Amino acid sequence: MSAERTGSLGVTRTEVVRLFTEDEPLRLASGRALGPVDVAYETYGTLNADASNAVLVCHALTGDAHAAGFHEGDKRPGWWDTLIGPGKPLDTDRFFVICSNLLGGCQGTTGPSSPRPDTGEPYGLDFPLVLMEDFVNVHRALARHLGVGKLLAAIGGSMGGMQVLDWSLRYPEELANAIIVAASSRLTAQNIAFSAVARRAIVDDPDFRDGRYAAEGTSPDVGLAIARMMAHITYMSEDALDEKFGRTYQQQVRKPGFGIDFAVESYLDHQGQAFLARFDALSYLYLTRSMDYFDPFAETPPRVRPDPVKYLVLSFDSDWRFDTEHSRRIVRHLERGRLPVTFRELSSPWGHDSFLLDNDDYHATVRAYLDRALEVGL
Amino acid sequence: MNDFSAHPSARNGRPARDLRVDLGLVAAQIPASSRVLDLGCGTGTLLSYLMAERDCTGTGVEIDPQKVVRAIRRGVPVIELDLDRQLDQFSDNSYDVCVLSRTLQTIQRPAHVLEHMGRIANLMVVSVPNFGWWGHRLRLLGGHMPMSKELPYSWYDTPNIRHTTLLDLEELFDQLGFVVERKYSYTLRGRRLHMQGHISNLLAGAAVYVLRPGR
Repeated sequence: MSAERTGSLGVTRTEVVRLFTEDEPLRLASGRALGPVDVAYETYGTLNADASNAVLVCHALTGDAHAAGFHEGDKRPGWWDTLIGPGKPLDTDRFFVICSNLLGGCQGTTGPSSPRPDTGEPYGLDFPLVLMEDFVNVHRALARHLGVGKLLAAIGGSMGGMQVLDWSLRYPEELANAIIVAASSRLTAQNIAFSAVARRAIVDDPDFRDGRYAAEGTSPDVGLAIARMMAHITYMSEDALDEKFGRTYQQQVRKPGFGIDFAVESYLDHQGQAFLARFDALSYLYLTRSMDYFDPFAETPPRVRPDPVKYLVLSFDSDWRFDTEHSRRIVRHLERGRLPVTFRELSSPWGHDSFLLDNDDYHATVRAYLDRALEVGL
Repeated sequence: MNDFSAHPSARNGRPARDLRVDLGLVAAQIPASSRVLDLGCGTGTLLSYLMAERDCTGTGVEIDPQKVVRAIRRGVPVIELDLDRQLDQFSDNSYDVCVLSRTLQTIQRPAHVLEHMGRIANLMVVSVPNFGWWGHRLRLLGGHMPMSKELPYSWYDTPNIRHTTLLDLEELFDQLGFVVERKYSYTLRGRRLHMQGHISNLLAGAAVYVLRPGR
């Protein structure tokens, strides 16, 4: 990819739309109704005349609608700016890109800290449990709102990939290509265990107040920061942590004891604290739980269709959060369903987070796949 | 000119002779609308042809990253994995045809790979260069490792690590319980040979076998 061909989207902004109301609520997989539902989203590029170039980007656990470009005054671009922009693999000169904040999230879309319509107080733990298929149904409503009946592609990493997989199995007629990166179709006991500890840190924080912390003017900061610190370790490979920090000390003058002495401790502390500014403890509970329950092949085995969804499944060799076996499992199920699947295990030293980073082989693969997808069309 | 494209099943659509000689012959062995697994698919030439012209579906397997990306670009589903270690990824009878074209000589465990092929599909097409070709024998008699149009690499820089003659390969098929349904051997120039056994082992630069697992 040549430098002069790739560029930034410049300033982008998040929009909010009410997709479901109290009168016409969202029907959740659990049977409960939820309304109103507001959805924060961004779009990049232009939808073509026959609405055949739309690509949905699904974010991971703690992402948001701001996938690319810069918000006014920001120094850092959106979370997937490496991939999305003019001339980039997800080329906004050719594709119409949609990214929205997840249901149950905390960055503009309705979630557990949004006000209840009846009381005006935050939902707290009265917010219904939400599952992967609920996220997908909100994505579908947004796509329809934007004039898109069928997506050319949906792409997501980690939990984003789970949404893509769920959509492809439930509504294959509304999706031509599914790009699933560093994801899983079923969490292992170890995966669930990590999330369980993270949730316990939040729930047992005295400031959690049974989820009523917003109304009571507190915030379970300690629990949420610990949850983030632990999760962050799982997003990086041992080699990546070693390369970044080794056993170096944070200060010239050492401070033996139980405070922050090693550089890696300082880094994690910073990650935890920075997270508090942008994430909500209840959203963390709800969104991690949706992953634990995700097991789409048990519920919706691949359907044989004359015009099947085509798949690109990618994993990274240093990812131990969702290691390559998770992706191979997805591939085996799709293969058994006789669906067209492309799979690569990519080499990258950075662990689970690799899907967010620049990596020539990775980007060349996504570019080749999307170029072909656009050529073939819906 | 070669006479492979004269095979009746190769006459549909674009003539198979647009493909590399051996690929044209391999393609001609594959029934229309089959689901095909092509082990060592390279950039996906064979599958791309079968999908476009013969109504086939299928998957390629390749381990060279650059070739994988080129196969992806031309719309061929391709799974990047190591044939020697990871064929258990595919379930029993999940394909109609399994192809191993010009790849057998590059893998560590040919017998193991062939066994998997017989498990995955009920029809196999195997295309191989012949180490026993007379030109190779002459090279050896002259004191040099065989090199030819079929085996163009120096011994120290070759992807080909498992050389076999047609006779030895047929012995392995036999051991695995495979039934040879058809065999096409041809000279280095692509001319079909109609003799069998020791003579074809001497004259053939390469051969294509159509096999059934003995189950």
